[in-house]
Amino acid sequence: MAESNNQSAETKLSDVHKRIKAAFETFDNAANNTVDVREIGTIIYSLGCFPSQADLHDFIAEVEEDHSGYIHLDRFLPAMTKVLLEHKFPPIPKDLLLQAFEVLDKDNKGYLEPEELTKYMTQEGEPFTQEEMEEMLTGLADHERNVIYYKDVINQLAIDPDM
Amino acid sequence: MSSIRAALLIQRWYRQYVARLEMRRRCTWNIFQSIEYAGEQDQIKLYNFFGFLMDHFTPASSERNLISHIFRENEICRDIEWERYFCYKSIEVPESYTGPHLTFPMTFCGVSKLMEAFKHKQQLHARYVLQILGETWRLLRILPNINYVSVCHNQEITICGDLHGHLEDLLLIFYKNGLPSSEKPYVFNGDFVDRGKNSLEILLILFGFLLVYPNDVHLNRGNHEDHIVNLRYGFTKEILGKYRVHGKKILKLLQKIFSWLPLATVIDHKVLIVHGGISDMTDLNVIERYVSALRPTKMSQQAVNGSKSQNSRNGEAGGPVEGRRRVYSLTHHSPASAQRHNPPRRSLHNLPISNQLSWSLEDELKRRRRLAGFDQSYGEMNKSESDSDSEPAGTETDEQEWKQIVDLLWSDPMPQNGCIPNEVRGGGCYWGPDVTEEVLERHNLQLLIRSHECKQDGYEFCHNRRVLTIFSASNYYEVGSNRGAYIRMGPDLVPHFIQYQASRTCRELTLTQSVGWTERSALRALREQLFVHKSDLISAFQEFDPNNTGMISLRHWASATETVLNLGLPWRMLRPQLVNSTKYGMVDYQQWIRELSITEPKLEISDTSILETMYKNHSNLETIFRIIDTDHSGSISFEEFRQTWKLLSSHLQTEISDEAIADLAQSIDFNKDGSIDINEFMEAFRLVDLSCIICPDAP
Repeated sequence: MAESNNQSAETKLSDVHKRIKAAFETFDNAANNTVDVREIGTIIYSLGCFPSQADLHDFIAEVEEDHSGYIHLDRFLPAMTKVLLEHKFPPIPKDLLLQAFEVLDKDNKGYLEPEELTKYMTQEGEPFTQEEMEEMLTGLADHERNVIYYKDVINQLAIDPDM
Repeated sequence: MSSIRAALLIQRWYRQYVARLEMRRRCTWNIFQSIEYAGEQDQIKLYNFFGFLMDHFTPASSERNLISHIFRENEICRDIEWERYFCYKSIEVPESYTGPHLTFPMTFCGVSKLMEAFKHKQQLHARYVLQILGETWRLLRILPNINYVSVCHNQEITICGDLHGHLEDLLLIFYKNGLPSSEKPYVFNGDFVDRGKNSLEILLILFGFLLVYPNDVHLNRGNHEDHIVNLRYGFTKEILGKYRVHGKKILKLLQKIFSWLPLATVIDHKVLIVHGGISDMTDLNVIERYVSALRPTKMSQQAVNGSKSQNSRNGEAGGPVEGRRRVYSLTHHSPASAQRHNPPRRSLHNLPISNQLSWSLEDELKRRRRLAGFDQSYGEMNKSESDSDSEPAGTETDEQEWKQIVDLLWSDPMPQNGCIPNEVRGGGCYWGPDVTEEVLERHNLQLLIRSHECKQDGYEFCHNRRVLTIFSASNYYEVGSNRGAYIRMGPDLVPHFIQYQASRTCRELTLTQSVGWTERSALRALREQLFVHKSDLISAFQEFDPNNTGMISLRHWASATETVLNLGLPWRMLRPQLVNSTKYGMVDYQQWIRELSITEPKLEISDTSILETMYKNHSNLETIFRIIDTDHSGSISFEEFRQTWKLLSSHLQTEISDEAIADLAQSIDFNKDGSIDINEFMEAFRLVDLSCIICPDAP
C-alpha cells in the first residue's frame, strides 16, 4: 500500500480495518455484516495473504459461528487484523517459487508438460480438484506449444502491486 | 526442496492468484448490479412522483393531459372494439416481403418456420405479428391467473428463467433440450423482454408455442412484462424501431397481453414458480381470484351490457368481472381519480414525499406545481372534481390485492428472517427464510422456484434449499459475465440443472480474459456514472479539502464518492482501477475527474449546468419523452420538451429557467424544423468513453 510511512500506529490500525472491511463488504450480499464461509478464503487471499488450505481451515474454525455456514464481521475483523499486523501468511518470494517449479522440472527443460504438472498438483501436497486443474492448464499453458513456461508465468502473475 | 514442498508452494501461490481474480470478478458484478438496481429504483421513484402529482393536483386541462396519459387507460371501449382496432386484415403484405408467411390456426410447422426465419435475422411482417398477438390475447383472456400443472409418469418439465431478449439463449435451450410439445412441457418464468435486442422475436416464438400447445407451455408474468418498464429498458424502442408504421398498435396490444399473463405456475401442488418471489402476505387464493383495482364501475357495466365477446366465462351478470388480472403497469398503483377522496395512499417504498405529508401538504403541493409550471389556481384537495365517468375504485382490499401481485413480481430473498420493503428495487419486498417456511407450509408446498436475479452459474439455492433462483440469460451484464441455466424436473420433483453460455467466443476465454473483459465493461459504466456526477463529486471532495490544496486522502475520496453516488460499492477495493496515481496516499481530485476520459458533445449553450443534470438523468428523460410522444412518432414539440423539463426539475426539486431550456431546445433541434427528434436527442447525449478507443482489444 502506498500510504505514507509516517503514520501513527492508530491510523495504521484504522487503515487495516478499512481494508479488511472493504474486502469483506464485497461478499456481504445482504449488507448485514456476514459472509458465506466459503468466501472467506477468497477474502483472505485478496488481502495479500498466502495461507495454505490447512491455515484456512484453522482460521475458519476460529471465527465461524457454530457451523452456521456464516462468518460475522465482528469475529472476522479482529482475527484478520491480527493476521495482517503479524504478517502471518506472507507472500511467496519469486525466487522460491521458481525453485519450486525447477524441482518439479526434473529434466531441466525450462518448461513443464501439462501431464507433469497435473500429476503433482492433483496428487501431492494439498491436491487440486479437477476443476482447479483444468483452469490452471487453460490459464497457464502456452497456446501454441501447450506447455507451461513457468518462468514467464511467474513474472506475468506477479504479486498484485497495490497490496 | 522436496517435490511435496514444491507442490505445496505452487498450489498456495496459484490459489491466491485465482482468489484475487475472483475478488475482481465479484467487484465487477457488484458494479453492474448496483447500477442496474439503482436504475430500477430511479424509475419507480419517477413514477411514484407522477402518481403523487396525479392524485393531488387538479391542474389546468392542457397540463393535465401531459401526465394523465401516462396512467389513464382510455378503457371506455369494450374488448370487441379493441379487437377491431387491432385487426390485421386490412394490412397488406407486399410482394417484396421476403420474410415468413404464417397461416392460422398456428401449427408446429408455423412456429418452426418462425424460428428459422429469426435465426436468419428476418423480420416478421406487422400483419402476422398482429395476428399472432391477437390470437394470444384471446387465449390469455380465458387462462386462469395461476397455471396448475401436473408432471406425469415418464415426463419431465423444463423451467426457464429470465431471457431478456437474448434470442441466442432461447435457441440454445431448444437445441440442447428439445422444442416444446405435449411430451416436453415448458414453463417460462417471466422477463422475456427488455435489454436484449430480440425481445419481440422471443415473445413471438413463446406465444407461437403457447398457441400450439396451450396445455403444455406455461408463461409467467415478470416485472418487465409491463409497458412502463419497457419504456425505459428498451422493448418499446425495439418495437418502434422495427415497426415504424404499426409499432404503436403492436405496443398497445402487447400492453393488453402483458396484463393478462398468468402470475404463477404450480407443479403437482408442490412446487410454486413465480418470477420475483413472495412476501409474508402472499396468498395464492387471493391471487387466483384477483379482480383489478383499475376497473371503474362503469366499465364493468358496459361489459354487462351485451358484450358479444368470446369471454362468456367472464360472468357478466353485473358486479365485478370474474378474477382477471388487468393491472397494466405495476410501477404505478391506482387510477388517478380513484384516490381523490382517500388519505394519501401508502407508497411502495419510503418516498421522501410521504414524510412531508404530515406537515404542510398544501405548501408542498403549491411549490411543486409552481416548479412544474402548472396553473396556480389550484383548488382544494378535497373538493370533488372527479371525472364523472369513474367512481373511486380504490379500497383497502384492492390495495392489498395489488400489493400481492407486486410482491410476486418484484421481491428478492434475503438471508435474515423477516420481511422488509425492497428499497433497492423500489418495489416488492425482501423476504427471509422464516417467511419461506411459513408461506410454503401454509400452501402445503415444498419448493419455490423464482428468477429475477442474475446468478453467475445460472442458478442458486437459498433458504435451506427451499428457494431456487433460475436465470436463463447468459452473458447478461457483459460477454463472459455469467452462465445461463434451465431446470428439468421429473415426477420426483427434484430439480436438475443444465448450464450454458451463448457466445462461442467467450467459452474460449480463460478466466483471466473473461474477468478482464467484463471488468473493463463494468468500469466503463462506472466511469460514466462518476462523470455525470462530477459537480457533486467536486463539491464533496472540497469539503474534505478546506485549505484548497487540490488533494484529499484515499479514505476521504472513498467516503465522498459513496456519499454522492450512493451505489453501495466498495470504493477502496475499486480504487486501483479507478484512480491512476496517488501521491503518498493522496488523490489529486481535479485531475482525476479530468482523467475520467469521458467526452461530451459540443453543444453551444450558455448554461452548462443544465447539461450535467441532463446526463445524470438521461434515462429518466428518455422515459418521459417516450411517454409524451403519444403517437410514437419519434419527435416532440418544443413546448412538450419544455414541459418535460419542468416536470423533471420538479421531481428533482431543482429550478431550471425557461431561458436555459429554450436555449437547449434550440441547440438540439439539429435539423431546425421546430421539433426534437428523440433519438437524435438521446444520441447527442450518449456519453462516449474515450479510453475504449485507445484499447481496441476485443474477445
